[in-house]
Amino acid sequence: MLRYLARRLLQGVFVLWAAYTLSFLILFTLPGDAATVAAAGGGDASTVDPKLVEQLRHEYGLDQPLWLQYLHALGKALRGDFGANPQTGQPALHEVTQVLPNTLGLAAAALVLAVVVGFLLAVASTFPRASWLRQALGALPPLGAAVPVFWIGLLLLQWFSFHLRWFPSLGDEGFRSLVLPAVTLAVPTGAYIAQLLSRSLRLTLGRPYIDQVRAKGAGEARVHFAHALRNAVLPTLTMVGVLIGNLLAGTVVTETVFSRTGVGRLVVQAVGDRDLPVVQVVVVFAALVFVVSSLAVDLIYPLIDRRIVLGRAAAIA
Amino acid sequence: MTSRTSARIAVLVAGAAALAFALAGCSGGSGSGSAAGDSSPAADKPVAGGNLTFAISSELGCIDPQQIGNNDDIAIARQTVASLTTQDPKTGEIKPWLASSWKVNDDASSFTFTLRKGASYSDGTPIDAESVKENFEGIQALGAKATLGSTYLSGLKDVNVIDPQTVQIDFDGPSAQFLQATSTFSLGLVSDASTKLSVADRCAGKFAGSGPFTVKSFTPQSQAVLAKRDGYSWGSSTNAHTGAAYLDSVTFKVVPEASTLTGSLSSGQIDASADVQVTDLPQFDGNGFWVLNRTNPGVVYNLYANAKNPILADQNVRQAISKAIDRDAEAKLLTKWDKPATSVLSSSTPYWTDESSLLTQDVAGAKKLLDDDGWKVGSDGIREKDGQQLSFKLVYWQPSNDELQLVQQELKAIGIDLQLKQTTIADATATNNGTQALSWGNLTRADPDVVRTVFSARATQNNNHRAVEPVDDLLDQQAATTDQKTRQKLVDQATQTLIKEGWSIPVYQLSTTIAASSKVHDLKFEASSRLDFYDAWLSK
Repeated sequence: MLRYLARRLLQGVFVLWAAYTLSFLILFTLPGDAATVAAAGGGDASTVDPKLVEQLRHEYGLDQPLWLQYLHALGKALRGDFGANPQTGQPALHEVTQVLPNTLGLAAAALVLAVVVGFLLAVASTFPRASWLRQALGALPPLGAAVPVFWIGLLLLQWFSFHLRWFPSLGDEGFRSLVLPAVTLAVPTGAYIAQLLSRSLRLTLGRPYIDQVRAKGAGEARVHFAHALRNAVLPTLTMVGVLIGNLLAGTVVTETVFSRTGVGRLVVQAVGDRDLPVVQVVVVFAALVFVVSSLAVDLIYPLIDRRIVLGRAAAIA
Repeated sequence: MTSRTSARIAVLVAGAAALAFALAGCSGGSGSGSAAGDSSPAADKPVAGGNLTFAISSELGCIDPQQIGNNDDIAIARQTVASLTTQDPKTGEIKPWLASSWKVNDDASSFTFTLRKGASYSDGTPIDAESVKENFEGIQALGAKATLGSTYLSGLKDVNVIDPQTVQIDFDGPSAQFLQATSTFSLGLVSDASTKLSVADRCAGKFAGSGPFTVKSFTPQSQAVLAKRDGYSWGSSTNAHTGAAYLDSVTFKVVPEASTLTGSLSSGQIDASADVQVTDLPQFDGNGFWVLNRTNPGVVYNLYANAKNPILADQNVRQAISKAIDRDAEAKLLTKWDKPATSVLSSSTPYWTDESSLLTQDVAGAKKLLDDDGWKVGSDGIREKDGQQLSFKLVYWQPSNDELQLVQQELKAIGIDLQLKQTTIADATATNNGTQALSWGNLTRADPDVVRTVFSARATQNNNHRAVEPVDDLLDQQAATTDQKTRQKLVDQATQTLIKEGWSIPVYQLSTTIAASSKVHDLKFEASSRLDFYDAWLSK
């Protein structure tokens, strides 16, 4: 167990380093750098003074060789200093941690909503006797997954904010401003969960051991909730990493449509501004989330299915 | 919020007179009764109080007036600082603000300002000659980070404190533009302590300014709240009043998505914005809303030809491009208030002269110029000479898709192949390393010296990548002339030359449009088409 954990930890560190290095290289291969963006100054100065760009490049250390910049940045990052946003001078770590609670709150609310709705839909599409009802309910998840998040957000805004005025269209203060974005973000993830779970439920319900349970006279509800669901839920749990990825990717659009502050919007802005420090903090954070969540899933596995021992679980994951 | 607002009004009213009370009550009643009918924003007497919510579309990064260059950031920062001078939006004339008078020497290299008494920064320290010196030296120290201010102060030699109310500013050489520069937000004044703050603290609005509003809170990405400064009594001579601002506060909210912005304005969740999309503007014209538009002063949106490109080094080709463009059709793609380019300078710029006779569309003339140069129309409709196609690329980041596509069609009609590529600012500026055939841009500034900044071969920008030519002498001479008539002549000669020689191919004039609810009154533009909230007020 300890050796297993140590190995996973080492893997995790490698993943973090790789994410950091890759993001560094990718941003470097893009044309333009923070100095040109800062010199352009946004809206008005559509003409840029080349002397100014050189001056800024020197100030930001962008005129040094790539490997030197990388080593310098990596050394500082190991000490928790990811550098400052070249335009505002704010430490990147601070900029990200400032908006992180907003994104986590939104993602958590959406995840809870998605899990609840996903489970209900999955059960509803396998439980009823009437096959037409099962089919109709089974068609909902693909629809939910296909509709663009952007469009759902605007539709909800149009009706519940602009027309009925139940919820504010902007900002991120309090529960009322969380409802519409959380619903928006929950739709694709909920649809995904429902799809996965209903497929695996159908598979499980077709297994011979379920026939045995039925033969013993168990009712449909007991078959579903006491026997089938327990096994069917495992493949869905394995996909938690992907689900979290889905949610984090979805926040970019949701935060933009609902004018919320958050990591999604911050990172889009940072890439456009060639703001390397902020991008790196977010990339490393995202990698950390994946490392931790996949480890957590692996540790939860044996609790649900006692036949699984950790060494083998690692091979599966 | 509402209770505090009404408490403030109560205090104000009690302190003033019964008449004020009657007025405030009266306009409050009429405002709530028929808001839609009030299309003229200046119809009533101003009422103090209230919070105005203003939406901006770009991310809030930095709101230090001395560092920024982005329009949305400027809208916030402008309200927090007063300047030495102010510029009349109608005449372009420079008038007193923090400086009650000034003297300029003959070659415009030395400026002496006499400061008004009694003005202070929001941290309580007086606005004196020493603090003016601290500010200008601080901007110099910011260097490249003060994108605009550092260019206005280029060649600054010395700032001398003569006495607490008198400061003398000397340049290495002539700098006629400096007087107008002292009216801009870029040279707006902050307290001595503020000039010593870190770049990050200044960006985050922790500075103490000299203007009618102070920064109450600042949340990056999200919002900035400005609060009225009580006791402010040095309103500029170009504003309608001189005391404290009418609004208690102004909240700037970042709304990046255009349809959310439009919906929020129409449903009353925000009061005004200057970032409503052109296609959405008509729904705010009347109907409980009003729209105000002003052309931005400065260099218009124009194409810059690269002198180092062998095709565009040919003046006939540059002229042909200019003749192919129908500028009226360009303006029709924009709002109903937008104007075609009539010169290198826009019509709201001081010293602008109408040169539209040089900018009329002449397709036959354009074709003839290319024919004369030996460019023969090939089988695909594109002209060729010596095996080379008359074809080049334009990389741009500005939201000018429709306008540039029209140019593309018009050029195709005379046998020129223009390839368009829209990208990000970082991309466009990085790839514009001096080898691009054509580039696209404008620059806002309410002084004709902006032409020198952008076009002079002696300036660092030198957008045409030209060698020095006679026009550069004209540009230098206008920078050294304070006599209005002489400067006018020099500016006219310079702009005419730039157009005739095809170094500038003007297309249309950039403008800014405010859309606001009819309870918003007297939200205005200052001379540089920056928003001015000082006279603004809300009906109850």
